[in-house]
Amino acid sequence: MNVPSLHLWLIPILPFAGFLFNGILGSRIPKRLVTAVGVLAPLGSFLLVLNAAAASMISAPESCPSCGPAATAVALPHVETLAHAWINLGTLHVDFTLALDQLSLVMLLVVTGVGFLIHLYSVGYMGDEEGYARYFSYLNLFLFFMSVLVLAGNFLLMFVGWEGVGLASYLLIGFYFNKTSAAAAGKKAFIVNRIGDFGFLIGLFLLLAEFGTLTFRDIAWKLNTMASFSIFMHAGALPFNPGLGPIPSTGLLTVTALCLLLGAAGKSAQLPLYIWLPDAMEGPTPVSALIHAATMVTAGVYMIARMHTLFDHAPFALLVIAIMGAATAFFAATMGLVQTDIKRVLAYSTISQLGYMFLGCGVAAYSAAIFHLVTHAFFKALLFLGAGSVIHAMGGDQDLRNMGGLREKLPVTYWTMTIAVFTIAGFPPLAAFFSKDAILYAAYLHGPTGKLLWFVGLVTAFLTSLYMFRLWYMAFHGKPRKKLGHHHATPVSMLIPLVILAVLSFCGGWIGIGNVSSYLAPSVGAPRRMSAANAGPELLLTLAAVAVALLGWYIAYLYYSRRPEQPAQLAASMPAGYELLVNKYYVDEIYGAVIVKPLFAISKYGLGGVEFLLGGAAWLLGGMAGFAGMILQRWQSGNLRSYAAWLTAGAAAVLLFALVPWSAVWPASLHFISKVAGH
Amino acid sequence: MHLILFVLFAGFCLAGAVNLLLQTHPINSALSLIVVMTSLAVLYLLLGAEFLAAAQIIVYAGAVMVLFTFVVMLLNAGREERTLGSRAASRIGFPAVAVVLAVLASLFIHAGNIGTAHLGTGLEKAATAGADNSNLTLLSQVLFHELLLPFEVTSILILIAILGAVALARAGHGEGTAAK
Amino acid sequence: MDVPLNWYLLLSAALFSLGVIGFLIKRNLITVFMSIELMLNAVNLSFVTFAYQWHAVKGQIFVFFVMMVAAAEAAVGLAIIIAVFRARATLSVDRIDLMKL
Repeated sequence: MNVPSLHLWLIPILPFAGFLFNGILGSRIPKRLVTAVGVLAPLGSFLLVLNAAAASMISAPESCPSCGPAATAVALPHVETLAHAWINLGTLHVDFTLALDQLSLVMLLVVTGVGFLIHLYSVGYMGDEEGYARYFSYLNLFLFFMSVLVLAGNFLLMFVGWEGVGLASYLLIGFYFNKTSAAAAGKKAFIVNRIGDFGFLIGLFLLLAEFGTLTFRDIAWKLNTMASFSIFMHAGALPFNPGLGPIPSTGLLTVTALCLLLGAAGKSAQLPLYIWLPDAMEGPTPVSALIHAATMVTAGVYMIARMHTLFDHAPFALLVIAIMGAATAFFAATMGLVQTDIKRVLAYSTISQLGYMFLGCGVAAYSAAIFHLVTHAFFKALLFLGAGSVIHAMGGDQDLRNMGGLREKLPVTYWTMTIAVFTIAGFPPLAAFFSKDAILYAAYLHGPTGKLLWFVGLVTAFLTSLYMFRLWYMAFHGKPRKKLGHHHATPVSMLIPLVILAVLSFCGGWIGIGNVSSYLAPSVGAPRRMSAANAGPELLLTLAAVAVALLGWYIAYLYYSRRPEQPAQLAASMPAGYELLVNKYYVDEIYGAVIVKPLFAISKYGLGGVEFLLGGAAWLLGGMAGFAGMILQRWQSGNLRSYAAWLTAGAAAVLLFALVPWSAVWPASLHFISKVAGH
Repeated sequence: MHLILFVLFAGFCLAGAVNLLLQTHPINSALSLIVVMTSLAVLYLLLGAEFLAAAQIIVYAGAVMVLFTFVVMLLNAGREERTLGSRAASRIGFPAVAVVLAVLASLFIHAGNIGTAHLGTGLEKAATAGADNSNLTLLSQVLFHELLLPFEVTSILILIAILGAVALARAGHGEGTAAK
Repeated sequence: MDVPLNWYLLLSAALFSLGVIGFLIKRNLITVFMSIELMLNAVNLSFVTFAYQWHAVKGQIFVFFVMMVAAAEAAVGLAIIIAVFRARATLSVDRIDLMKL
């Protein structure tokens, strides 16, 4: 069967070409050209992904007569490998492999689709900024690395994309590099990511040691085959060795999984390593929308779903993931309650929603987690872009306390943001209702710990609804708290993405978790439990979720619309709790004291020691050379006779060593001495 | 006969050499060296190297030593002054010379039987004795056939040496102004 | 009575050593040069001896070349001595110890 090539390699290369073009020539070409290249590159990638999706989903029986009526033009998984091997070193063999399966197709649709919309939005948002071309080149670079990450067929190529998106994130967070806070935020993001990457690398090495390969399919195959053979292999009943090598113990697999989890936690801002995400709001708002809401931070979830076979074999790691996710969701939601910067509220909301996705992975409901990833991309990007529109209209002011009454001034933004707020709160029939519900239901079914996690998730849903409606009321309703000066009309390029994302947030969930699970089943495994058997409890849980969402709305209405002075009174009555929340549980300060300061001290002393050693060594060498020179200098006296003497001595030495048969001297001298002594 | 001649002229060699060391005026040293060279020429004759004996007299004793004598007289070199000795020369040089002499001497003494010199014989082997095989014929046959190139190169070398000597010793030589 | 060739070689060694001693202890530049010539002659004698031993004419030819080169060297060396004398006005070895004329 002739497999048509989907030209997968073009999907990352188009944005890379855009990066090069705008990066090198950006400052010298007119802005229209920069815009054209910067926006058309992701559009091209998106169209290619659509083509791939169509080819794999639209029935085309004529392409493969023997495959039956359900055949499509291209069958997933579809792998394209570059002809020349990347690493070929003994037993290690790694290729540039791009693999498209259901999971990566879904991710790619999100990445390129939402990516393109945000590129479009940026045209209007960043239109007046200097560094316009640099912005688009960095954004294209990010898209390149993210596509590589998603399309990678082995861990090493994924790691390239992993590191690359970290780099692009650093560049874009510190986009306003003249601001010290932005530069520091970029550094912080990169360093915290690096800590996660350290775990990722250790995990890679462990995988390599255990399985000898880094390709996803091979590792999954080996794990599954080992599992089926394990009983026989332990009993020694197999007459042959299936050539799989020693089976790694569950303990080792758990350690590997935990190391990879550390990487995912760093990238996806989970509990110990989330500190970089709120600071990352220093970057331009579209950047926050793309990287820190829709795509990069979901890379961790993607990686866990991709390697689900490994995690399925390490139940302890799954438990850690679930607990980490639930805890993160809860803590981030509590911190989001008191933030005054509109983007910070959304940042903590992102961390919280990522916690939900991790919770979904932790209870082995990978399809639900991916479903939530997709809907989250829609509504979170919409929220950020809307916030950008608000900030744009406020002339750069991001403080919620200064906003109010924007409902009349920004109608499109208001209505799209409303849809997004209702979505994130989890109201049916909007998108997040379906995905969040799927995760919470899967958690509930996961045993006694599951029920506890479900409860935490429920409380977090309440808090989510509360702070999102708080934002809604403070920004759009009520009387304007600050006089809006010259009101910039929102450009069309900013409004179109808002509308499209609003539509997607509205209908994105209608596809239903059942269809999603069955579509993703070939890549992430069949869902653990079918929902048909437990219809009763499921309905109850759904009603509970909707109830808490309504409760959150009502309380937000009370506190921020009806009696706006109440929040301040509440804060005054619980000063310690309020302080704790506002200062983000002092986590940054704790890290600074416990980790950063000692590191600095060690580095300073280490540096001093190294300088001492190196300087000492250099001084010693120089001194020795000088000393030797001083001694040897006296040899060159200019005195002819001493030269003559040394010449003779040299000649004597040569003669001595050349003409005397040394091997015979010793016995001869002994003989001679004995003869003399004997006389 | 051979022995007497050898002992006599070897004695002249050694006496001349020792005298070269003991004399203070360079002209006396030069004349002693002439004695050494002439005695060596006789020794070459004893070893059947007639051509070399002649060359030794003509070139060495007749040209080189004459040149030395000319220079001694030109520069009006007087008796040697008593100047500071060189510590290195005495402390390192003499033991080194002793070592050299000891090594060579022991080597030659213990060399075993390497043959004896007969008076009247030379390079030719017994079977090929004849008028056509004189020392000069043999020498020139090899010199002008096999080793023609080195021979010609040596002549060029001598030419260069002449040029160099003339250039260095010219009276008006730029670097040669005496330090006042 | 025939003379063992060892004696010729011993004579050569002795002359060579005397030449080296002269090279070391003499203070007049020209005398030092003469010691060098003595050394060369000693080596010539040993060459002729070995040529006699091996009945090889190449040994004598080598002596011939040594003589030629020694003559050339003597010419140039003495020219240098004259130049040095002009610069330093002394022929004492111990006083000629600076590279710069």
